[in-house]
Amino acid sequence: HRYKKIDESFFEELEEILISADVGVSTVMELVDGLRSEVKKQKIEDPQQLKPLLSEKLVGLFHNQQLQSGLNIEEGRLNVIMFVGVNGVGKTTTIGKMAHMLKQQGKKVVLAAGDTFRAGAIEQLEVWGQRVGVEVIKHQAGADPAAVIYDAISAARSRGADILLCDTAGRLQNKVNLMEELNKVYRVISREVPDAPHETLLVLDATTGQNAMSQAKAFGEVTKVSGIVLTKLDGTAKGGIVIAIAGELNTPVKYVGLGEKMDDLQPFDPEQFVHALFAGLMEEYDEGNSLDNP
Amino acid sequence: MAFESLANRLQATFDRLRGKGKVTEDDVNEMMREVRLALLEADVNFKVVKEFIAKVKERAIGQEVLKSLTPGQQVIKVVNDELTQLMGGEQSKIALASKAPTVVMMVGLQGAGKTTTTGKLAKYLQKQNRRPLLVACDIYRPAAIKQLQVLGEQLKVPVFSLGDQVSPVEIANQAIEQAKAEHNDYVLIDTAGRLHIDEKLMDELKDIRATVNPHEILLVVDAMTGQDAVNVAESFNQQLELSGVVLTKLDGDTRGGAALSVKAVTGKPIKFAGMGEKMDALEPFHPERMASRILGM
Ligand SMILES: Nc1nc2c(ncn2[C@@H]2O[C@H](COP(=O)(O)OP(=O)(O)OP(=O)(O)O)[C@@H](O)[C@H]2O)c(=O)[nH]1
Ligand SMILES: Nc1nc2c(ncn2[C@@H]2O[C@H](COP(=O)(O)OP(=O)(O)OP(=O)(O)O)[C@@H](O)[C@H]2O)c(=O)[nH]1
Ligand SMILES: [K+]
Ligand SMILES: [Mg+2]
Ligand SMILES: [Mg+2]
Repeated sequence: HRYKKIDESFFEELEEILISADVGVSTVMELVDGLRSEVKKQKIEDPQQLKPLLSEKLVGLFHNQQLQSGLNIEEGRLNVIMFVGVNGVGKTTTIGKMAHMLKQQGKKVVLAAGDTFRAGAIEQLEVWGQRVGVEVIKHQAGADPAAVIYDAISAARSRGADILLCDTAGRLQNKVNLMEELNKVYRVISREVPDAPHETLLVLDATTGQNAMSQAKAFGEVTKVSGIVLTKLDGTAKGGIVIAIAGELNTPVKYVGLGEKMDDLQPFDPEQFVHALFAGLMEEYDEGNSLDNP
Repeated sequence: MAFESLANRLQATFDRLRGKGKVTEDDVNEMMREVRLALLEADVNFKVVKEFIAKVKERAIGQEVLKSLTPGQQVIKVVNDELTQLMGGEQSKIALASKAPTVVMMVGLQGAGKTTTTGKLAKYLQKQNRRPLLVACDIYRPAAIKQLQVLGEQLKVPVFSLGDQVSPVEIANQAIEQAKAEHNDYVLIDTAGRLHIDEKLMDELKDIRATVNPHEILLVVDAMTGQDAVNVAESFNQQLELSGVVLTKLDGDTRGGAALSVKAVTGKPIKFAGMGEKMDALEPFHPERMASRILGM
């Protein structure tokens, strides 16, 4: 039998695949170096043997976090979920999808139109509210977002809602005033509802590169991010930066966005995610082997 | 993330080399490894990095650096020059058709900043005493039309819409007729965000293009985009033949390596930089500033 061997070019290719998935060069070098010594120690020669090792290593990064997957929702209380993130990543759309998901689970959901800044943002959330069939609490464009959220909390309470999903305006994490404004919204929620927000979801766009790390850190500082929603995984981007984020900040990825429609939201599946990362490499080596080993 | 600046890194590398007397080809290779890391950390696509490094190395070894007393600085100079050159000269111009109206079409992935940039371009043209017409061809995204209308109201620029039940091709076509009748000299077409691999929606753009023959097709790219920027830009360019690129959200703290990736694979000029959410936050694109930014200097 002739195999494609595990040699330097194999590791180089692996490195390139992970880098091209936006895992980030330092994380990739750590990962691949670790793998190199594993290969040496266990005297592995066949790439096929490496496959489980590689998956294990990457999936392991998400492992303890899987315990925290799913949403922190309890019956008998108003659960408040806040959405944060930079501009255009998919916050409002994810709220629409999540409202749909939760409604299907029999929950009473209310939406808060906390983006009073971007043109058409309130109307966008209203369209989602109509689509899904849930109420949207809003003020006028230009209103104070903290005031909108305050009102939405009392409205959600008086309607006996299970869950309030709070939209916020997109903002770049280096804008001090806008981050302060977000912190104010966060404080209003904490003050008005015990233990709230029960989730603060950072929405990350899978096409984003290394800047997502800086986003995770900065939004984490002003709102105590409890989980990540990774959107736009239906494209060709892999969203590998969440590996670095998992390693460094230990923030769990909870959901992934796979399109623009109502049911394009899925729970994050580490195995599937990791498989998609280096599927190309392994397929090629699988093919190589099957050609050589008829 | 605090990146160590390339200048510091190269200095450190050079300090290690000092005392050996002459700078060798190996030393240059070592410095190139630092340059490679800096570019990858800045999100420049790894294939683009590879080609770029090969080119720079050639020039560096072609005497300039080997003979220099300050090889670290010399490497930075070579890298910076090549990077600036690759990103092109200043191009913040927009086509002007010999016969009005000039038709400009905005395309790109979801959430890149097309609608916002459409508004900004209108403002930019207004300042030059032009009379743009905005066209709402995004019939898919919830309240996309409303978003453009709000911007139009703010700017006091007319917005053409036929609602969301008419095909974008038809909307674009009728908009041109209206522009002619109303003597608008620019027609700015906002299209829905789409994935470059979405055949049906890419065909729609091709149909609009074939129907209205735009003078400009601008790809709007989010400056935070990572390695995928090359796939997106290459694909949009192949399918639509772009005339240029607008890089948005450069007011953030991203290093913006996507700029280099997009330029390298399309060869099309980056015409403008989006520097904020407000309508006046559109700036000319400065290649040399971008080069320094990517290198972390
Ligand atoms: N393909 C794809 N598109 C998505 C996904 N999620 C959101 N989008 C699209 O991305 C664009 C931006 O989404 P929004 O929900 O408006 O993003 P946002 O974060 O609320 O944006 P701002 O409020 O402007 O900061 C829209 O065109 C959405 O339809 C996804 O998972 N896949
Ligand atoms: N900070 C900053 N935000 C920007 C810039 N350009 C656009 N945005 C924001 O990015 C988000 C998305 O912008 P849109 O113009 O809606 O993007 P789009 O490409 O039209 O989105 P779709 O139509 O959903 O594909 C909005 O929150 C904008 O305000 C920019 O240069 N800087
Ligand atoms: K984006
Ligand atoms: Mg939004
Ligand atoms: Mg738009």
